[in-house]
Amino acid sequence: MTEIPTEEYILKCTSACAGCSDTLTLRYVLKAAGPDMVLVVPACCTSVIQGAYPNTAMNVPVYNVAFAAAAACASGMSAAFQAAGRKTRVIVYAGDGGTVDIGIQSLSGAFERGTDFLYICYDNEAYGNTGMQRSGSTPAGARTTTTPAGKVQTKKDLDGIVAAHNPPYMATACAAYPRDLFKKVEKALSIRGPKFIHVLAPCPPGWRFSSEKSVEMGKLAVKTGMWILYEREQGKVTISGPSKAAMIKPLPLEEYLAPQGRFKGIDAASVALLKAQAEKTAKRLLREEEGTC
Amino acid sequence: MFEVRIHSRGGQGGVTAARLLALAAFRDGKYATACPFYGAERRGAPVVSYVRIDDHPIRVYSQIRKPDLVIVLDQSVMDVVDVLHGLKPGGVVLLNGIGPYPLQGFSSYTVDLTGIALRADLVIAGSPILNTPVLGALAKLGIVSVDSVKKAIAEMFSDPRNVQAAETAYRELVV
Amino acid sequence: MLTIATGNKAVAAAVRQVRPSVIAAYPITPQTEIVEQMAEYVTRGELDSQFIPVESEHSAMAACIGASITGARTFTATSSHGLLYMHEMVNWAAGARLPIVMANVNRAVGPGWNVWAEHTDAFQERDTGWLQVYVSTVQEAYDTTLMAFRIAENESVLLPVMVNLDGFLLSHSMQSLETVEISDFIPPLRLPHAIDPENPAGYGTLTGPDAYFKFRWDMERSMRDSAGVIRETEDEFARRFHRKYGFVDEYRCEDADVVVVAMGTLGKEAEVAADLLRAEGVKAGVMRIRWLRPFPRLDLAGRDVVVIDRDYSFGFGGVIAKSLAATARAEPFSVIAGLGGQEVTYDDIAEFVRTRSPGTEYWFGVNDNV
Repeated sequence: MTEIPTEEYILKCTSACAGCSDTLTLRYVLKAAGPDMVLVVPACCTSVIQGAYPNTAMNVPVYNVAFAAAAACASGMSAAFQAAGRKTRVIVYAGDGGTVDIGIQSLSGAFERGTDFLYICYDNEAYGNTGMQRSGSTPAGARTTTTPAGKVQTKKDLDGIVAAHNPPYMATACAAYPRDLFKKVEKALSIRGPKFIHVLAPCPPGWRFSSEKSVEMGKLAVKTGMWILYEREQGKVTISGPSKAAMIKPLPLEEYLAPQGRFKGIDAASVALLKAQAEKTAKRLLREEEGTC
Repeated sequence: MFEVRIHSRGGQGGVTAARLLALAAFRDGKYATACPFYGAERRGAPVVSYVRIDDHPIRVYSQIRKPDLVIVLDQSVMDVVDVLHGLKPGGVVLLNGIGPYPLQGFSSYTVDLTGIALRADLVIAGSPILNTPVLGALAKLGIVSVDSVKKAIAEMFSDPRNVQAAETAYRELVV
Repeated sequence: MLTIATGNKAVAAAVRQVRPSVIAAYPITPQTEIVEQMAEYVTRGELDSQFIPVESEHSAMAACIGASITGARTFTATSSHGLLYMHEMVNWAAGARLPIVMANVNRAVGPGWNVWAEHTDAFQERDTGWLQVYVSTVQEAYDTTLMAFRIAENESVLLPVMVNLDGFLLSHSMQSLETVEISDFIPPLRLPHAIDPENPAGYGTLTGPDAYFKFRWDMERSMRDSAGVIRETEDEFARRFHRKYGFVDEYRCEDADVVVVAMGTLGKEAEVAADLLRAEGVKAGVMRIRWLRPFPRLDLAGRDVVVIDRDYSFGFGGVIAKSLAATARAEPFSVIAGLGGQEVTYDDIAEFVRTRSPGTEYWFGVNDNV
C-alpha cells in the first residue's frame, strides 16, 4: 500500500471554492514531489487559490507566469537548474485553457525540446477562473457561459496531441483516486525528460453540482468510462486498475451526466456523441495496451 | 574615401566579397566598412553590397552613390541593373569574364573568376566561389595589398585553395 | 584583440564573454546572425551555456524569465515582429525585476513586410520598464552589450536592458572591433529574490489595488536610480577600456547654434552633415541619444533643434521630437525620416538643417507635407 506523506505543502488558508478538486489534486502532487521543487503556474484557478499578496497558502516556491508561457518558462527554469547542477524539480501546474488552448504552442515546444520537467494539466473542462467559458477541453453538450445551449464540438484530444511528442512518460489521473494520482506523480518525477499528467478536476460551481460531491463525480467519470485512467511509459500503455474494472462493467453514462447542471437538458445527439467518443478512446487504449495498433 | 560597389547575384558571394575586401583593407591599417544592401532577395536575384575604405573612421551608412570602383561578379546583372550608375568619371570597373570589355570613359578590367574557381574545384552547392579569387584581382589593382588579402582570406576560410585562387586571379589579371 | 565584425557578431562576441547560463532565442531577420553565432559558440564548446531553441519569441522571453528567477544570467535577441510577439513577456520581465539583457535589431513593423531599419518596434516597448539604449557602431554595440549586463544586474537597478542596433545598416555592416578582457568588470550575478526552495515564496501572486502601485513605484525608483548606475558604469568602462559614450553622444555641440538630434546610425551620419554645414559657416552639432530609458535631459537652451525621428506615433508625432518638446522646452523642427530603411544621407540631413522650420513636422520624401 502506498504511503502518502503527512507533510502538507498547501496550508489551510487557500481561497479555493468549497469542494475544489484542483486544490485536492495539487495537495497530492506536492506531497509526491516534496519540498525541493518549483511550481510554475500560468493564469488559472490556482493563480487565485494560492492567496493574495503578501500572503500565500503554498509552502513551496510558486512562480506565477502569463497564460501562454508556462511550459516555456519551465524550460528556462529547468535549463538554469541544470546549468547550476541543482536537482530542483520543475512542475507546471496549469488548467485546461492554459494547456489545450492558449498554452499549447509552448507546451509543444517544451516537449519537442525534451525539457526535463513535469507538466500537469488539471482539467475542469472550461475557463473556470473567469467564470466558466468554454475551452477546447469542454465536452460536447456541456453548457458554459459562452455555450449557453451546450457545446456543439467535442473535447479536444489533448492526450493524443501530447502522445504525438513521444514523451517518456504520460498518464491520466483524478483526485478521486489519490493513491493512483500520487504514484503517477512519483513515477513521473523519477524519469528524466518531459512528463505529462492529465488530471480530471470536477468543478462544483462550474459543472453545477453540490460541493461535497467532487470525489463522487470523479469516481462517476471513471466508472462510466468518461475518464479513463492509464499510463503511457516509453509509448507502452497500461490501463490503471479503476478503469480496468470500469471497462468490464461500466455504469451508464447518464449516472455521470444527471447530477451535473451543465448537462441539464442535453439532447440525445450530444449524449450519443459523448458515448461514441468515450468508447472510441477506450477501444484505442485497449488496442494500444495489447500492442495491436 | 575610396568607395566600392559590388554587383552580383544572390548566392554568388558578393556580400562576403565586400566583407573580405573590408577585412583586407583593415589589415592594411585602413578604416573600412562593408555594408550589404539586403533586399528580400533570394538565390539568383541581383544583389548590391558596398565597401568604404578611408584613413579616418567612417561615419557614413547611406548607400554609395558615386563609387570609385564597381565590381561585377556576374555580367548578366548588367541586363537588368545599370552597374555604371554614378561611377566617377575615369572610375574603374572590374568584371568577371573573358576578354576585354571596353567601357567609354572608364577603365575596365576583366578576369575569369568563374574559370579560376572551377579549375580549383572551389564550388559550393553547385556555384563557383567568386569572392576569394576576386580579392586577388583587387590586390592587382592596388586597392589592397597581397599580404592583407591572404590574411583576410585565411581568417575567414580554412580551405587553402581560397588563397591559391586569389593568387591565380592576381597572376591572370592584366593591368 | 583587434578584429573586424558585423554589429550582430559584435553583440554575440560580448555575450560570449559575459557567459550567460541560459540563452533562449528564436530566429528573425535581421537578428538571426546573433542566434546562429550563440548556437555556434555553444556547439563548439566555447560557451558553456544552455541554449534553448524556443518555438517563438513569446517563449524566448518566458524561458529567460524562468531561468533568470533562479538567479541565472540570461540573454536573448530579437527584432520587430519578434519583439512585438513577446510584448506580454517583455512587460513581465521588467515587472518581475529580472536583469535580462536582450539585443533588439531595429526593424520596421508590417504590413507590408519590411526588414529594414526603424525604431518603432522598440519604441512600442518603451513604457514596459526596460532600460533602452541605441548604438551606432559595431564597437559601440559590443561595448554597450557588456555594459548592459553590469547595469541590469546592479542591485539598485534589477531591470532588464534592451540594446538596440539598426537592422542591416549596423547589424550586417562590418567594421573594426576591439574586444577587451572583461576580467571583473561584470561581477557575478546575485539576484536577491532568486527562487529558493528552502525559503519558499510566491512570485507574482494576485496583488490587489492596495499593493500593486507600490511595485510600480519601486520600478520607477529603480529606473531613476539607474541613471547614476549608467553614469558610473560608463565611467568605469572608460577608465578600464578607454572608450566613453554617455547618455547622449555629443559632436561639436560646444558652440553650436543648431543641434541635430538623432539616434542609432543616423546619429553618426549626422556628424558628417555637421562637418559639411560648418564648412558652409553654419555652427552645427549633433546630439545622438543613446539611452532612451531612462530618458536623458538635453541642454538645448538657446539653440535651434532639428530632430530626426526614425519612428512615429500616429496622431501624436515623432516620439523624440515630442519628448524633447516636453522635457527640454525645445521647439524642434521635427523630421520623420528613415522609416522602413528609407535612405537618408548626410546631404539630406544637412538640407534638413538648412531648411528648418521650428515647431513644424516634415515627412522626408512625402510631397504633401503641411
